[in-house]
Amino acid sequence: MSSMDAIAEPSAGRVPDRDQVIKLAILAVGGQGGGVITSWIVDLAERNGWYAQSTSVPGVAQRTGATVYYVEMVPEGEGTPVLGMMPAPGDVDVVLASELMEAGRAIQRGFVSPDRTTLIFSTDRTLAVSEKIVPGDGIADALPVMEAAKEVAKDVRAARLEQLALQNGSVISASLFGALAGSGVLPFARESFEQTIEASGRGVKASLRAFAAGFDAVQVRDGIVEETPAVDAPDIIEPKPAGPVVAGPEKMRRAWQALLDRIHAEFPQAAHGMLLPGLKKVVDFQDVKYGEEYLNRLTKVLEVDKAAGGEGEGYDFTATAAKYVANAMAYDDVIRVADLKTRGSRFERVNAEVRATPEQLVEITEFMHPRLEEICGILPASLGRGILAREGLSKRLDRLINKGRRVRTDTIRGFVTLYAIGSLRGYRRRTLRHQIEVAHLEEWLKLACDTVRDDYQLGVEVLRARRLIKGYSDTHVRGEAKFDRVLSAVPLLKGREDAATWLHRLIDAALKDEKGTMLDGALKTIRTL
Amino acid sequence: MAERSFAKEVQQLRIGEGEEFRGEGILAVTKALLECGVGYVGGYQGAPISHLMDVLSDAEEILEELGVHFEQSGSEAVAGATLAASVHYPIRGAVTFKSPVGTNVASDALANLSSGGVTGGALIIIGEDYGEGASIMQERTHAFAMKSQLWLLDPRPNLESIVKSVRDGFELSEASNTPVMLEMRIRACHVHGRFIAKDNVRPTMSLADALENPKRDLNRIVLPPASFLHEKEKVESRWPNAVNFIKERGLNEFFGGDGKIGIVLQGGMYNGVIRALQRLGLADIRGNTEVPLYVLNVTYPLIDDEFLDFARDKDAVLVVEEGQPNHIEQAFGAMLHKAGVDTKLFGKDPFPIAGEYTGTVMLDSIRGFLLENAPGLLTAADRAPNRPQTELPDLSKTVPPRPPGFCVGCPERPIFAGMKLVQEELGEHHVAADIGCHLFSIMPPFNIGGSTMGYGLGPASASAFNVKAKKRPISVMGDGGFWHNGLSTGVTNAVFNKHDGVILIVDNYYSAATGGQDIPSSRADNKSRSTAHPITEAVKGVGAKWVRQIDRTYDVTKVRDTFREALTTDEKGPKIIVASSECMLNRQRREKPQLAKAISGGERVVKPKFGVDEDVCTGDHACMRLSGCPSLSVKELDDPLRDDPVASIDQNCVGCGNCGEVADAAVLCPSFYRADVVHNPTAWDKRMAGIRRRVSSWLQKRRDSRRLVFAAEGA
Repeated sequence: MSSMDAIAEPSAGRVPDRDQVIKLAILAVGGQGGGVITSWIVDLAERNGWYAQSTSVPGVAQRTGATVYYVEMVPEGEGTPVLGMMPAPGDVDVVLASELMEAGRAIQRGFVSPDRTTLIFSTDRTLAVSEKIVPGDGIADALPVMEAAKEVAKDVRAARLEQLALQNGSVISASLFGALAGSGVLPFARESFEQTIEASGRGVKASLRAFAAGFDAVQVRDGIVEETPAVDAPDIIEPKPAGPVVAGPEKMRRAWQALLDRIHAEFPQAAHGMLLPGLKKVVDFQDVKYGEEYLNRLTKVLEVDKAAGGEGEGYDFTATAAKYVANAMAYDDVIRVADLKTRGSRFERVNAEVRATPEQLVEITEFMHPRLEEICGILPASLGRGILAREGLSKRLDRLINKGRRVRTDTIRGFVTLYAIGSLRGYRRRTLRHQIEVAHLEEWLKLACDTVRDDYQLGVEVLRARRLIKGYSDTHVRGEAKFDRVLSAVPLLKGREDAATWLHRLIDAALKDEKGTMLDGALKTIRTL
Repeated sequence: MAERSFAKEVQQLRIGEGEEFRGEGILAVTKALLECGVGYVGGYQGAPISHLMDVLSDAEEILEELGVHFEQSGSEAVAGATLAASVHYPIRGAVTFKSPVGTNVASDALANLSSGGVTGGALIIIGEDYGEGASIMQERTHAFAMKSQLWLLDPRPNLESIVKSVRDGFELSEASNTPVMLEMRIRACHVHGRFIAKDNVRPTMSLADALENPKRDLNRIVLPPASFLHEKEKVESRWPNAVNFIKERGLNEFFGGDGKIGIVLQGGMYNGVIRALQRLGLADIRGNTEVPLYVLNVTYPLIDDEFLDFARDKDAVLVVEEGQPNHIEQAFGAMLHKAGVDTKLFGKDPFPIAGEYTGTVMLDSIRGFLLENAPGLLTAADRAPNRPQTELPDLSKTVPPRPPGFCVGCPERPIFAGMKLVQEELGEHHVAADIGCHLFSIMPPFNIGGSTMGYGLGPASASAFNVKAKKRPISVMGDGGFWHNGLSTGVTNAVFNKHDGVILIVDNYYSAATGGQDIPSSRADNKSRSTAHPITEAVKGVGAKWVRQIDRTYDVTKVRDTFREALTTDEKGPKIIVASSECMLNRQRREKPQLAKAISGGERVVKPKFGVDEDVCTGDHACMRLSGCPSLSVKELDDPLRDDPVASIDQNCVGCGNCGEVADAAVLCPSFYRADVVHNPTAWDKRMAGIRRRVSSWLQKRRDSRRLVFAAEGA
């Protein structure tokens, strides 16, 4: 093999047949079938008279972690070609990524180059643990990856390939293989891709459907095809003048319409986007009368807002209050949970989620764990308070109550139990929990109103702190503690020009970790200001 | 039941002379063993050679036909000791394990084997777990070859070379009466390629022949005075014999032309070096190059005169040797010095001292070497590359890290959720972790475990903490580690020393981390192995008194309570908790096809799946911090009143129950529900469901008629 006739002039720079090699890197999350698509690509190449070599790093790396497969192929010729064992930055022709952030990882690792790389990926996300455990919103921003993909790749082909596979009863390897075929980057006909799938012999029909869907989805060169992402910013929400579609007794519907009319008559347009869903939430939680109470609160808020110069601020204070007052009024008590769990629409949703066909039955088990606090919460205020005040009694009762309960809501017994609890709505206003929630709400709203008079943005941030209160039992207690700690900074911040910015930062910090370590750090900083 | 089945692929092991084999590296090795007339094979699983064990296991029928004995060794030490069958008898044997960890475990046996020497060819196939994807400390096997003076092959990573190396290895072993190690790097094990096969050969002497006609030779036993003779024998006869064989048979290869510079490389580095030369325009796709290459398919022993002949008339030689320390480069340096040759030697400069030789490292280092020593070979562009092509966009803050973790439905997740809960009550404890899937506990969301000292050594690594204190140490090991050595090093040792700590044994019915191989406590029926030996019986057998068996790890409350008891009981001695549930990956692989068949056959089948009521979930993600299940994720709701995404369970959910149990044990929230889908319901099922539905929908209608009901859409 020491003959040198094939050697090019060193100055020529490139060896003639080097460019015939096609190099593909496949980035996947362990368990996503990266091995399947790799073996398909090898089969495809061999089927077309090419020499193919694949390598991978299986083992522990595959257990839900990021992993890379690699294939090189070259037209069959004399002797065995010498091919690379792993992808090298700047030296990859095709990158397939089964998940959006893995496409990002490919870019980060330098596998995507502007002069040669076709980047094919699924825009669907498989979230990493670090994104899920954040108490707030920890989901990584997709935009930088999308932009980088367009900037760095020679050609991008991306679509919701995971979703397409699911819709066709298959898995991502099939739709991704379809996208590879659809991109036209390999010199092989569509039929031979399909033959490869057929030869694999498992779930062929579904795989072929997913393949076709993937093929069609990436027909646009340099295209990232995805549905418009959901927006949650209040100012982007278009007001819906008609209001939610509603059914029920005529009298209630008229009362409801009156509340809607009141929103349109009394409140600035800027706040409608939050007032409408807010009103719906509280009415759904309790009754129309409760909706009226909601609007009464907001009317007072609007007065304060106007006095504080809200017009110039786009009535941000009112809109923010519309959101968080609704959340505060529709607190999570046992009655609400029982009500939500026994609704007809809920059973329909569960059936759809588990994809049950009409011939199949669905049995539903709820995982409940009430504590004495929850039970006392739905007792008449004085009684509940009386029990909780007696330590010995509380302890004994808690031992009886505080245990995990599995409730089968598809059975008559389980359903009726929860239905009965849900039917306590009418008496809710007299419960201990309601009293506690109202007191808490009023105190917070007063602080916000007092604050907004001197510092508009700070007042808005006081409202936003309500976001910290969520969860049940211990988590709820922790959330409330964070809320208190954040608001404890308001007196310290008052009068500072950057007060609102600081409070905003505190809220963000409180959402970063469970125990509030970052929040403590931020609070310490504030005390030294 | 192993993670991957090779039942189809192993049929290729039957092909004969002249036929073409296509497949993975490890399968090619198996075929080569059969072509070489191997008499017995053994080994212990572990990446990257787990699949080699699985292949052998799936090929048992073919092995039997040829009269080849296959043994799934209890540990690498067992595998190493198995080669003792080749000491007195001319029977070829091969064992396999991952390195260097397996080599560490086996090194006592290998040292004894090397001392006495072998008669039949003895081959140790080493899966080198180095570089990207490695799950162990980064060390070199090379030092083992040096210390025990056994030979190390490092073939070029293509199937033809690997297969040839197996053949060469047996012959070299026999020619020098020395065991031989064949090193396969992680990617070479899984490389897909091809080679032309030969016929399989039956072993010339069977193990039964040997048993019936036993031999012994005092000179081969490691005991003075023979052991002193062995040391001499190694240098006086075995080494020279090996060197002669390697030279005569041309095991090392020379490529390229004559030139003033040259590259010496480990065989395993060949493709990487050629790729770098291809990128520099100095090699073609078939590997033809003008640059002189000396490829060490044998990296130990080194052949002095081969190297000196290669280096003597050159200005500079580059050694491509991955990993550190740079044993080969040092040896070459000494050779040049002693021979008075002034060729300049390069190695760890320009190459980095530590780390994998990736494509970029190869290209940059070889270019650097050529630039300094033979700039004429490089193009102008490579001599002075215009670096700042395009700046890579910085995605380091966007792309989240994605380390490996527990699979969907993994039964080990609830164990660590339970531990996390008990630590919330009793405070943080010292936790000695171990090798195995359970080591994923050290990462978020659990953050449990502070050390690993080696497979099965979790409890042993808590030995020092046998003192009076307000907290007890907790140590962990898996069932794999337990049978590997943990029973003696962990449990027996703890009983003997009256250790007061808590020992958790995670029993998932398999050696799961290595791909689901059976072990003594497996519950599966295994035709060729004896299984179903309970771990609790074993620990009681060695004297443990406080032993608890948890038979469903998904019962988080029970796990938590058992831990609390173990950490607070007054009872002396080790507190042993055996937490058992089947590895979900394996269970799914076994049950899925069965269930699908039952459903299509019209049988009544209940399939569980978990869900979250999104209007009940408040988006605090407390459940995620006790789970980390890939199937339990978060999603954004199209609701302007919500700031944070809510929990959501995707289609991959296997209904293990962890979410619901955690929500219950930690008193999290009532959002979780289990939906059991009844396939092919019976007439009775349907009737009951009909009655229930009538009652509930009557009640629902009654309630809806008394309040406002909003349509699902709109807000």
